[in-house]
This record gives sequence, C-alpha cells and structure tokens, in this order.
Amino acid sequence: MATREPEITPAADVMVRMNQINLSFGENHVLRDLDLNVAPGEKVVIIGPSGSGKTTILRVIMTLNRPNSGTVEIDGRHLYHEKNNGQLVDAGEKHIRAVRTDVSMVFQHFNLFPHMTSIENTMLAPIKVLGLSKEEARERGANLLEMVGLGDKYNQYPGELSGGQKQRVAIARSLAMRPKVMLFDEVTSALDPELVGEVLAVLTDLAKEGTMTMMLVTHEMGFASEAADRVLMFDAGNVLEEGTPEKILRDPEHKRTQRFLKAVLSH
Amino acid sequence: MLSGNQLQALLEGTWITVQVFVFAAILGTVLSLIFGVMGLSESRLLRAISRTYVEVARGASAIVLLIWAAFALPILLGIPQVIGPLLAGIIALGINMGGYGAEVVRGGILSVPRGQTEASIALNLNAGDRLRHVILPQAVVLMVPPYGNLNIEVMKGTSLVALIALADLTFEAQNLRVQAGGGVFEDPPSTAAIFGTALVIYFILSQLIALFYRWVEGRVGGRWHGART
Amino acid sequence: MRVVVAQASQRGVWDWDFALEILPDIVRGLWQTVQATLLGITIGMILGLVLALLRRSGVRLISWPTAAVIEFIRGTPLLVQLFFIFFVLPSFGITIGAFASLVIGLGIHYAAYTSESYRAGIENVVRGQWEASVALNLPPATTWTRIILPQAIPTVIPALGNYLVAMFKDAPLGAGISAGGVLLVANSIRSQTLRGVEPYTVMGILFLVVSVPAALFVRYLERKYGYERT
Ligand SMILES: Nc1ncnc2c1ncn2[C@@H]1O[C@H](COP(=O)(O)OP(=O)(O)OP(=O)(O)O)[C@@H](O)[C@H]1O
Ligand SMILES: [Mg+2]
Repeated sequence: MATREPEITPAADVMVRMNQINLSFGENHVLRDLDLNVAPGEKVVIIGPSGSGKTTILRVIMTLNRPNSGTVEIDGRHLYHEKNNGQLVDAGEKHIRAVRTDVSMVFQHFNLFPHMTSIENTMLAPIKVLGLSKEEARERGANLLEMVGLGDKYNQYPGELSGGQKQRVAIARSLAMRPKVMLFDEVTSALDPELVGEVLAVLTDLAKEGTMTMMLVTHEMGFASEAADRVLMFDAGNVLEEGTPEKILRDPEHKRTQRFLKAVLSH
Repeated sequence: MLSGNQLQALLEGTWITVQVFVFAAILGTVLSLIFGVMGLSESRLLRAISRTYVEVARGASAIVLLIWAAFALPILLGIPQVIGPLLAGIIALGINMGGYGAEVVRGGILSVPRGQTEASIALNLNAGDRLRHVILPQAVVLMVPPYGNLNIEVMKGTSLVALIALADLTFEAQNLRVQAGGGVFEDPPSTAAIFGTALVIYFILSQLIALFYRWVEGRVGGRWHGART
Repeated sequence: MRVVVAQASQRGVWDWDFALEILPDIVRGLWQTVQATLLGITIGMILGLVLALLRRSGVRLISWPTAAVIEFIRGTPLLVQLFFIFFVLPSFGITIGAFASLVIGLGIHYAAYTSESYRAGIENVVRGQWEASVALNLPPATTWTRIILPQAIPTVIPALGNYLVAMFKDAPLGAGISAGGVLLVANSIRSQTLRGVEPYTVMGILFLVVSVPAALFVRYLERKYGYERT
C-alpha cells in the first residue's frame, strides 16, 4: 500500500479557514470572495444587516450550503475536498462526515426532534455517530442538561418546554457531540424577550470556559461585548470591518456600521 | 333468511377475503416504502423509476392489473402453474396499493420540516440514521390516517378476485345466488339476504380496519404528538 | 360486437397480428367504459350534492340516516353493490339493464365520496359568509343558491376531477354483471379464441393511455387552480 500524505497538516493557529468562498443562489451572489480565519478557542460574533449572508456563512461551514468555489478547512482538514495524488478533488460523503464531526450548529428555531425527550435528543447522535453506549450517552446528556439548567426536564418532550428551555436542550444536544467548533445562528431571536437571558447565560458560561471555538450570529450587543474576542461586521457578502468588541461597537470606522448599530441599539 | 350452510359458505369466503387483504397489504406496504423513499432520492433515475411505477400502478387500475396478472402474466412468464388466482390477486392488489402508498409515504416524509434534516446533519447523523430515527418516526404519524384509508380501499378491492374465480366472500355470495336457482325470481328474499349479508360483512371489516388505524394513530403519536417544536 | 375468429392456441406466446386484429373491438369496448364513466360521474356529482345537503340538515332524522348510508356505501365494495343492484332489485320489481345498473352503481358509489368533498367545500364557505348573508337579511334559499353554492362548488372541482379518474378505473367492473365495456369485450375475445394474453395486454395498455394522461391533467389543473383558494 502506498503511504498517503497525512490529512492533518498542523495549523495550530487556525481552526476554521475559509478561502475565497463564493456562493450564489441563482442571480443572488450571497458570498463574494470571502476569506475568514478563526483561531482555536476564539469567540467570533458576526453582525450585519438582514440578507447580508451571515446565516449562509455558518451553513457553509455546517455543509448545509455548498459553496460554488473556494475551500473550507476545519482544524487543518479540508471540508469539501480531499487530496488525491496531491490534487484537491471534491470530497465524498464519507470524507465530509469525518471532518464534520468537529462542527455542530444551533439553530434559530431549535429544530429539536419532537418525538424524543430532552435526554433522548442529546443521546441519539453520540450513540449513532460516536458509537457511545446507551449508558455513556445518557450520562453525558444528563450532565449537559444539568449544565444548561434543565436537570429536571430530562423526560419532557420539546412540545412540553418553553422556547428558552428548548434552545438550551438544543445547545446541550450539540455539545454532546463534543465538537471543536460550535455555530450559533441567532439562537435567541425566536424567543420571548424574558427568555433571552437564560439562553445568553448558558452561552456566556460556554464562552468563558475557553476551549471551544464559537461563531455566533447575534444582535445581542451586550453579550457580544462581554463574550466575544472579535466582532465581524458583515455586509453584501463580505466582511466590511472587524476588530475587538470595544472597537467595533463603540468606535466603528464605516458609516454603514455606525448606521447599523444605531438601528439595532434603538430597536 | 340465510340457512346455516349459506352463512357457513359466506364465512369461509370471508376468511379468503381476509387472507387476500392481509397479504396484499403487506406487499403493498413494502412497495410503498421502497418507491416512496425512492421518489425522494437525489438520483434522477431513481426518481423517474419511482414516478413511472406510481403512475402505472395507479393508472392501470386494480381490476385491469388483476385480470392481466391472472390471465396474461403467467403465460408471458411461462409459469401458469405457479401463479394461481390467489397469488395473482395478491400481486395485483399489492402493486396497485403500492402506487397509492408510495405517494402517502412520499407526502409524509415531505411534510417533516426541513429543519429536522438540517439538525441531523449538524449532529452528523448519516443518511440511514437520519431517515430511520428522525424523519420516519415523525412522517409515520402523518401517514397513518391516509394509510388506514388506503387499507380500507384495498380490503374492498379484494372483492375483485371473485372475477378470477377465487372463492372469496363475493364469489361465495354469487355462488349461493346461482345455487338458489339463478336467484332472481324463484327466491327473492334469499338473494337479498345473501348480498345483504355480504355487504354487512364487508362493512364490518372496513369498520374494524378503521378502528385499528385510529388506535395505531393514538399509539404512534404518543405524548409528543400535537405539541410542536 | 364483431366475432373474432382465430385459431390462436397454436401460435406463440404473443401474436402481433392477432393483437392488431382485436384492437378495434377493444377500443370500442373502451369507449363504452368511458361512456359509463361520464354518465356515472354525472349522477355522482348531482346525487353527491344532494347527499351533502341532506347530511348538513338540521333535522337529525334526516342527517343521521344520510350519514349512515354514506358511511355504509363507502365501507363496502362497488362490485357487490353492482350485484345488489342487478340481481336483488328485480325481486322487488325494479328491473334495470346491465349497463344502466353499472352507471347507477358507479353514480351512487361515488356520490358517497363526492358528498364529503361538497360538505368540506360548503363548510368552508358557510363559516365566513353565512353571517354576512344574515346581516344582509337574505332569505335562506337565496343564500344557498346565490351565495354558498356558487362559491363552494368551484372549490370541489379538483376533487371531482380525481373521482372522475378513479371512476374510470372502476368502470370495467361492469363486466361482473355483463355490462358492456373494455373488460367484457376482452373477456369474450378470450372465451372465443382461448387466448388471453393479447386482449388483456392490449386492454391494459389502452387503459393506461387514457388514465395516466387524465390523471396528470387533473393534477395539473389542481396545481394551476389550487393555489387561488385562500
Ligand atoms: N435557500 C436559499 N435559496 C435562495 N436564496 C437564499 C437561500 N438562503 C438564503 N438566500 C438568500 O441569500 C441571502 C443571504 O441570506 P442569509 O440568510 O445568509 O442572510 P442573513 O444575513 O442571515 O439575514 P438575516 O439577518 O435576515 O437572517 C438573502 O438574500 C437570502 O434571500
Ligand atoms: Mg440569518
């Protein structure tokens, strides 16, 4: 057997690398030549006007939307491509799944499995994908539900939970896969205002813990300034400006950003 | 009124009717699942195969399929001694049911929100687990009522096997009419009683099927059903 | 019907000449099946509306038996219903020819189905429009004929289209009572020539040629006009 080049090229400083990503829906050119690197353990908050492509970025990393061109690497491994005789070729389903284990995503509308209890929601993927035993998966799920403050809701179905509780179960469900990268797409914007706090508290804890790489689309500026290492202002399919939360939220350079922040904060 | 022997004959026919129904429903269900899932495949070819099957199985009609399966298919295949009326009936009714059932399955799966698939991808489930543990359990709940109705239609459709001389309930009723002397004028009350009883037995069967599927609906739905995510 | 004389049994499994020879007879039989369907759906549409209105009646002595009859018709096979009409009714002094029995049987059977569609259509309109009609002080008869039905019936048309196609698929059952139609013709060719493969295969193909495009056309209409309903 020929020795194959190891797939993992050490890239200690980059967890997510997006290189020259282009993506269109028909005529609508949503992502334009996008370059974006995220360091391991970094918390990146993405802001920007509606339709600017924020969700699409996360969906590309989650393989829910395949880019028309460009490459994505997760922890040094190509997501959509594999090396064949030194050449980059389109990856098969098997390769994509192997790389995708490092990533998970939490959705605006939870997308919990309605026919499974909270604990079953957290157990399914660890059993089926990671090969955990039922007992191991149950213990892992129970600990995570405990962590997100739902220690008493193991056996409730999603339909029996409030929006905030559902979203916390959804976070626990993703965490159970122990991904290196977690993507959060406006996870509080479908919630009643009084329920937003409980979910943000969980996210803040998670961010403070430090090891997880997190990319969050959110308009919760308080959360962004407390938890983010970097804020990206997104517009028309590319990064308009970026910097620390203090810089972007207090003293943005672009008019566009200033107007956007004003609109969001007065909202 | 019916004599004891006549009733006995109708009940024996009923037993055949039940058998044809059960086996046709099993075949029909298998075909429904195969072609229903195939109809949602990413492959154009598989979708086209499924579409063709659905259109032909439904369009040919139960009766035409049945007659063809009984009198043409065995000869075309050169195995007339293998395919008797019972097998022909089961094949034809099963294929016909599969055409309708595939649409029930496809419709049920399509009604499961897209977010469920996306969440399964975000959890890295493979396509098989996704279908088995996430999509189908939810789709089944939506499928049960139309599937129950389809079963009633298939049960009623079993009466067609009388036309290929399989001794089901309808055939026995016809037979009794003839035995009662051609029936029409000699013994009118008997003819009415024979077909009246046959109709009532069919009605009871269809009510039992309806009842069964209402029960199934309650079971598969369980506590989560009705509450939304 | 023209008698097909053929010494068929010596030939192979499939005989093209024979198939072509019987084609015109089978087409004629199919035309009879179509006629039975068109007459049957006419009865089914009218009787179905009547049943729907009786079913909605405020008088329980009318609405409950109607509901029971509908349920019974839907829960029993068309073929046995045809036998009942053709063999039992004469003993009560009602004698109907085979073809008429088929048409009436199809009509009654499908009326039980169309009545449910009418009922749903009427229910939808009544919800919004009845109070408006009362507010305008319209007499009930006018409300029904000028307001409710003209709005309800169009919404039922796609369902009726589906039942038309379904009825066409049931119409060959008339052969069970020797009513003319495609299956009766194919049956008699088989009994005269002792060859079943060609008549039944030709019948099957012709049947598909009519029913598949018809079904596709109904679905096309459904899609085209379905969205207009709100
Ligand atoms: N599946 C799709 N098909 C066609 N167009 C799409 C699809 N998904 C997104 N789009 C379009 O792509 C553009 C970017 O969408 P995206 O959801 O990424 O925006 P966003 O920044 O997340 O906006 P919002 O703040 O409203 O969530 C929009 O114009 C949207 O209409
Ligand atoms: Mg978005």
